Amino acid sequence: MRAAVSTAPPPRPARRVRLLPWAPLLTLAVMLGPVLAGLLGTLAPALGHMPALGGTGVSLAPFEQLFAWPGLPRAVALSLGVGFAATALSLALVTLICAGWAGTRTFGMIERLLSPLLSVPHAAAAFGLAFLIAPSGWIARALSPWASGWAQPPDLLILQDPAGLSLVFGLVTKEVPFLLLMTLAALTQVRPGQSLRVAQALGYARVSGWLKVIFPMIYRQIRLPVCAVLAFSMSVVDVAIILGPNTPPTLAVQVVRWMSDPDLAFRFQAAAGAVLQLGLVLLGLGLWRLMELAVARLGRLWIASGARGRRRGEQALRGGALVLGALAALAVIAGLAGQVVWSLAGLWQFPDFWPDAFTLRNWQRHGPRLSGPVTETLVIAGAATALALLLTLASLEAQHRHGLRPATRALWLLYLPLIVPQVAFLMGFQTLSIATGVDGGRAAVILAHLVFVLPYVFLSLSDPWRAWDGRQDTIARALGAGPDRVLWAVRLPMLLRPLLIAAAVGFAVSVGQYLPTLLVGAGRVATLTTEAVALAAGGDRRVIGVYALAQTAAAFAPFALAVLLPRVLWRNRKGMRDA
Amino acid sequence: MPEARGLRFEHVAISLGRARLIALDCTIGPGEVLTVMGPSGSGKSTLLAAITGTLDPVFAMTGRIRLDGRDLMRLPTEARRIGILFQDEYLFPHLSVGANLAFGLKPEVRGRAARRARIEAALAEVGLAGFAGRDPATLSGGQRARVALQRMLLAEPRALLLDEAFSKLDTGLRAQVRELVFDTARRRALPVLQVTHDHSDAAAAGGEVVVLG
Repeated sequence: MRAAVSTAPPPRPARRVRLLPWAPLLTLAVMLGPVLAGLLGTLAPALGHMPALGGTGVSLAPFEQLFAWPGLPRAVALSLGVGFAATALSLALVTLICAGWAGTRTFGMIERLLSPLLSVPHAAAAFGLAFLIAPSGWIARALSPWASGWAQPPDLLILQDPAGLSLVFGLVTKEVPFLLLMTLAALTQVRPGQSLRVAQALGYARVSGWLKVIFPMIYRQIRLPVCAVLAFSMSVVDVAIILGPNTPPTLAVQVVRWMSDPDLAFRFQAAAGAVLQLGLVLLGLGLWRLMELAVARLGRLWIASGARGRRRGEQALRGGALVLGALAALAVIAGLAGQVVWSLAGLWQFPDFWPDAFTLRNWQRHGPRLSGPVTETLVIAGAATALALLLTLASLEAQHRHGLRPATRALWLLYLPLIVPQVAFLMGFQTLSIATGVDGGRAAVILAHLVFVLPYVFLSLSDPWRAWDGRQDTIARALGAGPDRVLWAVRLPMLLRPLLIAAAVGFAVSVGQYLPTLLVGAGRVATLTTEAVALAAGGDRRVIGVYALAQTAAAFAPFALAVLLPRVLWRNRKGMRDA
Repeated sequence: MPEARGLRFEHVAISLGRARLIALDCTIGPGEVLTVMGPSGSGKSTLLAAITGTLDPVFAMTGRIRLDGRDLMRLPTEARRIGILFQDEYLFPHLSVGANLAFGLKPEVRGRAARRARIEAALAEVGLAGFAGRDPATLSGGQRARVALQRMLLAEPRALLLDEAFSKLDTGLRAQVRELVFDTARRRALPVLQVTHDHSDAAAAGGEVVVLG
């Protein structure tokens, strides 16, 4: 009977205020609130309503001014063209690389390259590319004067070419790793090995078999990321400032120029442009959908034809995809190397491949000025990442404890901040934050970063979180541990590696944010990214090299930590090494 | 109340939609074993989930499960005092063998020295003295099974569930571990419910056999 006496009443979580079930809703509000409120805040001045600037009532004048701008047709065409070209090229390249190489040793090498490439911020990658392809860049130097005959940098508009080709190339170098990562995640769910072997047994060559059997399954899962790539490429600002054409620039860049114009009257026109940008992205998504349908139709015909694919043609395709993929990766890596060399360069005259001398002078001169932006960058990224992790974990744990099932439609909501163009809602967000009194401060910037950090943290953590074996939970609970103890003592330590990776992803996303920092910070919050992009116009490669490298380091260091830390912590735990 | 001792199923019925998976009305007395057999998909694991309190909400359950007279249905898993062993041991891979056992040992045993002594004793009891500092991933299958058993016993459960607990062990080891588990349960007067598809497990248990499906 002694045992019966010791039966204590169980601790019931019900006595506490239960905040946890609200976590998913709070997360959605934090993420989508600014987007929706911001859109409204942009729409109002676009229709002439902005009392602070003397605009009341509804008027179409802002749109009339916008349409009176002679550069508009070209800016719109550029946005659409660049967006479609970058997205289609990236998707085609990723598809062919997977079709030709998935499951091979080469593919394993590509996978290992992925994280470092992904962590390079867009602006830094764009600067690196600029250092390579500019008329006085490394490629021209390598060919001069022996092959090209150039003793002076040639008068060619390679960089910022009017057709936006270098911008497309710059975007492809960054979007290929992103789409590849999303495709890899989809591949682990689809388990393509067997289907492909069946196709091959039926006589299909590798690439044809993959495209006919695996691609339709994969594409369904990477559609949202592809949409995000399209929307991003159509409306990107920092990369377009560095690599894109100038007269006129893409629509998004022009909107930002109007917004930063000292003449506040341009605000109305800017708002109208931002609304047009949103319309353009929606139009782009619609057109993409039509293209999907057309390709699907052609694909079905191709599948029905029973064509097995020709070996020789396929080998060329496989090889070509690999070469192009390698070229994209090389562009980023060589670009970073170029930044290292420029930041250490003394005198470096044109046709010389190397500088006359290496010196630390650039770092000594600009290094001390880095400390402000570095601190600002780390504080903002740290805070945004911590908040994002907290909200994500609370949401996932709430789903686990209260049996909430996210609808598949919820995934769309997660992608919404990545699909709605930044200019379209950040402008309104800025107006609103002025109205609510949190304008221009670090806190507002952190909240704005959170909008973009949250989806990435959630996306990278939710799969490993759900893949965790639920019987670990049952075992721990049966041993007498309550839900909190299971979370802190079992689940989180076991998921340390994906947790750190998710944190690193979030951190890198925050480090790379240009427009949210610029607009919501009202130009007063200086991070490495805003400083580096501001230097673009000056064209001093030594300073740019210093800032772009510092930016890359800030984004990359957490990734290195996320890989190293579990290795150190779990050095005596074999079961945690390949978990 | 001697009649209340043991694991008691009172008109327990579990269904999925309109399909009834399980209907059970019986008592497993202290030290007795009930073996539930049936093909996969017949609801064996569902029954165990109902006892541990981890039943997926898609299942509907009626009736009542009592352990030593206590109604389990309103208790969370951690308060039910039900020990469970799976086919995999689920030793926590980030903790040492000793820390795994400490996870199970109830907090009422206070003081580092006292807790360590209890853990050492538990290890010695199954021939694993001095294993506290080891990484669980470096143990053999039989060693892991014994650590899992001791971890569960340190939590002082009042009943024991076995979910295909022996099916991964090869024949020689299987008989050995099985004997250890059933002996321990008998000695501690724990009611045991085992789920298996292997007749030798049922024969070794020697108790009543229920076939599902």
